[in-house]
Amino acid sequence: MLRDAFLSALVALGLFGAMIGLKTDVGATALTLTPRPLAVAVAVGLVFVGRLALLAWKKARPPHATGPGALARRMARIGHFVAPLLLAFAVALPLFAGRYWLDMGILVLTYVMLGWGLNIVVGLAGLLDLGYVAFYAVGAYAYALLSTQLGLGFWTCLPLAGILAAFWGMLLGFPVLRLRGDYLAIVTLAFGEIIRVVLLNWVSLTGGPNGISGIPRPTLFGLTFTAGGGEGSFADFFGIEPSVSHRVIFLYYVILGLALLTNWVSLRLRRLPLGRAWEALREDEVACRSLGINVTVTKLTAFAIGAAFGGFAGAFFATRQAFVSPESFTFIESAVVLAIVVLGGLGSQLGVALAALVMIGGSEVFRDLAEYRMLIFGAALVVMMVVRPRGLVSGRAPSVALGSRKRIAAEMVTEGRG
Amino acid sequence: MADPPLRAPLLAVQNLAMRFGGLTAVDDLSFEVRAGEITAVIGPNGAGKTTVFNCITGFYRPSAGSLALTHADGARFALERMAGHRIARHARVARTFQNIRLFAGMTVLENLMVAQHNALMPHVAQGLLAVFGIGGYRALERDAVEQARFWLDAIGLTPRADDPAGALPYGAQRRLEIARAMCTHPVLLCLDEPAAGLNPRESDELSGLLLRIREGLSGQGCSLLLIEHDMGVVMRISDHVVVLDHGRKISDGTPAHVRDDPHVIAAYLGEGDEDDIQAEAVP
Amino acid sequence: MAYALQQLINGVTLGMIYGLIAVGYTMVYGIIGMINFAHGDVFMVGAFLSLISLVALSALGISSVPLALAITLILAAAIAGLYGWTIERVAYRPLRGSFRLAPLISAIGMSIVLQNFVQVSQGARAKPMPALIPGGWTLMRGEGGFAVQLSWMQIAVVVTTLVILAGFTWLVTRTPLGRAMRACEQDLKMASLLGIATDRTISLTFVIGAMLAAVAGLMFLLYYGVIDFFIGFIAGVKAFTAAVLGGVGSLPGAVLGGLAIGLIETFWSAYFSVQYKDVAAFSILVLVLIFMPTGLLGRADVEKV
Repeated sequence: MLRDAFLSALVALGLFGAMIGLKTDVGATALTLTPRPLAVAVAVGLVFVGRLALLAWKKARPPHATGPGALARRMARIGHFVAPLLLAFAVALPLFAGRYWLDMGILVLTYVMLGWGLNIVVGLAGLLDLGYVAFYAVGAYAYALLSTQLGLGFWTCLPLAGILAAFWGMLLGFPVLRLRGDYLAIVTLAFGEIIRVVLLNWVSLTGGPNGISGIPRPTLFGLTFTAGGGEGSFADFFGIEPSVSHRVIFLYYVILGLALLTNWVSLRLRRLPLGRAWEALREDEVACRSLGINVTVTKLTAFAIGAAFGGFAGAFFATRQAFVSPESFTFIESAVVLAIVVLGGLGSQLGVALAALVMIGGSEVFRDLAEYRMLIFGAALVVMMVVRPRGLVSGRAPSVALGSRKRIAAEMVTEGRG
Repeated sequence: MADPPLRAPLLAVQNLAMRFGGLTAVDDLSFEVRAGEITAVIGPNGAGKTTVFNCITGFYRPSAGSLALTHADGARFALERMAGHRIARHARVARTFQNIRLFAGMTVLENLMVAQHNALMPHVAQGLLAVFGIGGYRALERDAVEQARFWLDAIGLTPRADDPAGALPYGAQRRLEIARAMCTHPVLLCLDEPAAGLNPRESDELSGLLLRIREGLSGQGCSLLLIEHDMGVVMRISDHVVVLDHGRKISDGTPAHVRDDPHVIAAYLGEGDEDDIQAEAVP
Repeated sequence: MAYALQQLINGVTLGMIYGLIAVGYTMVYGIIGMINFAHGDVFMVGAFLSLISLVALSALGISSVPLALAITLILAAAIAGLYGWTIERVAYRPLRGSFRLAPLISAIGMSIVLQNFVQVSQGARAKPMPALIPGGWTLMRGEGGFAVQLSWMQIAVVVTTLVILAGFTWLVTRTPLGRAMRACEQDLKMASLLGIATDRTISLTFVIGAMLAAVAGLMFLLYYGVIDFFIGFIAGVKAFTAAVLGGVGSLPGAVLGGLAIGLIETFWSAYFSVQYKDVAAFSILVLVLIFMPTGLLGRADVEKV
């Protein structure tokens, strides 16, 4: 055990020796080098102790510890209680939470919604989409442009943003949905990047890297949420003291409603022929064709509906920030949303919500760590995948049953090749 | 056998050829599948049987030849020009696979529901409207579940309707795949080695099921085309046998006729290289 | 004409770098069928290791450029190889044989870790480095006095790449390790049944891929003279594009694909617009996949029914 830990430390020395030990700095004339032996020692020591602790823990753990399958089943069972509790908590949050927590709630819910939207594409239809952020961007820019250029309101633009994103989804999806597996992944990634590069460079329309600012805030049946109150504002209408927090609470309920809409539609679709066809497609595309299912159309609907929800979320993002720029739509966003879906357990609505809460909430809590935050985030992704490759809530519930619905173990369910 | 000329051919295969690069898998093949009959395609391994199936069901586009399917109402379909899912949907040709292709992670019932996709959702818009409860979906679904229950009873899997298909024993998976194909209301059911891997009792049950399907279990006429290595099954249930070897037809006729055909005996045993003999011995 | 020739030279140089990275992608994909998303970041780590080594060597008083480069090449490749080994061991091996998306997420996590590790340890600022091999060779003078330059640096990049690739080809085609790698690529389970140490072979594949990426990193550093912690992502995506373009699993295809991407990008920047050069590369990828799904030299993947 000591030997193993020692070897790990040796490897760590090799990895960190140059990278941490010798820091290059841009000097006056040339690059200078600052040696940092102490930092290396700390890093290597951490690896040594960490490895030792891991080995000790593995040894101490009883051999009949609950396997991941058992845990997943337990999660699924307690899901019956957790989901309503979580919902009640989400609805009640603005009653007792302050501005900071509401902002975080809005952020988490945005990712929950994105996760649920992508879940349709990846979890149900089994199509690996690495460029989901493109549709988020389309929605955000659609609202930003329609509102600032044409003066349309949020509630008019919201469906338009979704339709536009779905349209883009179909446009992009049509040529590429014949591709399988990793090819599809890389092409969707490429599309995501193309859209970002276009947004960055089409300065006359999108403002380029400066983005679009001054995007109007949403209204409640025409009532505005201006901080100063005044004629036609929410505070004025109800005769209460104007407050910034009204708008935050309103935005919070808007995204909660949108997220629940996404959830409701995907749950509904799963029990309808279309959703069943998606899942069948994930299981076996060839068999689907032999049953007369138009594979292209079916994939396209999954892609388009997933994209539409991405578009809704994008429009919300734009109105919440009042500002959009290409910086918000990098590949890392797609990766985070995909990670939420996979960590949640493909196809599991509750799992996605929990994963978004853990990952986005967790990473916000660590915001003080500044540049170490993303380092920890990446490491957490690796660790969570190694520990629970099937996600938090795995297995699937049948969409229709003669008798009682029995959960299907994750091992049975294929994740699709598309 | 009844008077053949009176029956219209359901499927007429004419001069079918399929080439993969330089390899000719099927060459100048012609035969007929008559309505209301069980037609078997037999032949040594590598004779091109599955290729013929893949051409008929649209998974391959034939290099040459025609595949004409005629429904009882006179509607005609040129299968060689149709996409796979259209063949299943409009020409009503269903198939099973040599290596079973069930939706393993979905329940037995769900498998049968997916098969009725087109009946449940004639159009995408209708499928989307169903989200909001518009379009009379409920009644359609009730019928679909009834249809599924009918086939579950027929194959004896009703007690396992809510289990994942992947958890069924092998023989049950074979039967389920046939039931799933039947749920698409086919006029022609193509079975790729349905008896492979079954024990004698299961084989007998399967023969019984296939005969009942031919006799109109589904409530409408359904003819069968099968590839089979189990000669017992072939001789017992087939009305008509087509023998292929190296992509060509070497014999065609009643089971008794082909059994005594010297070409067939030669292909299986005579000038046989060892592979062919093994192919016959190993199911 | 002269201008086009210059672009050709630049494109080939860039393409060589992409090709080196693409080989790593294609090898890993060929053997375990996963996109090693962190590979682009290993390339970036290789570039940083080269930078540190070059600065350290000059601080130690080694003034001979060829010697410094040779030492740097070996050091960077060795340490990057260790990175490759560790990544496989920590993030991928526990997930082997599991669910297909888990290693992909793990790889994305690894990519985030590497980027931020370098950002934390070396700072976020771009690091410029003076040209080590200045000068070049004027091939011809075109109309309007446009000089076609073939810099020593470009020659160095192309020659080193070719030598490394030749050595690598020898390794794959002529040595027992290469045979084991090819066997694993054909059928991992069968190879293991036949007594090939598949775990070791996969580890070595990652090590070799990382070493090639480190060489590419050094070349990139020399050629562009400036690096930051973010170069891995775009280079990685383009190299993967190159691997797909060449036909995933085919080593000559990866190099060919790299050259194609390098040339497309250079010519596009030269004649159309620099801003949209990434769009050009990705659009080509999409078109190739749609019309030639197996890539330039890939095996046809006949659908078994």
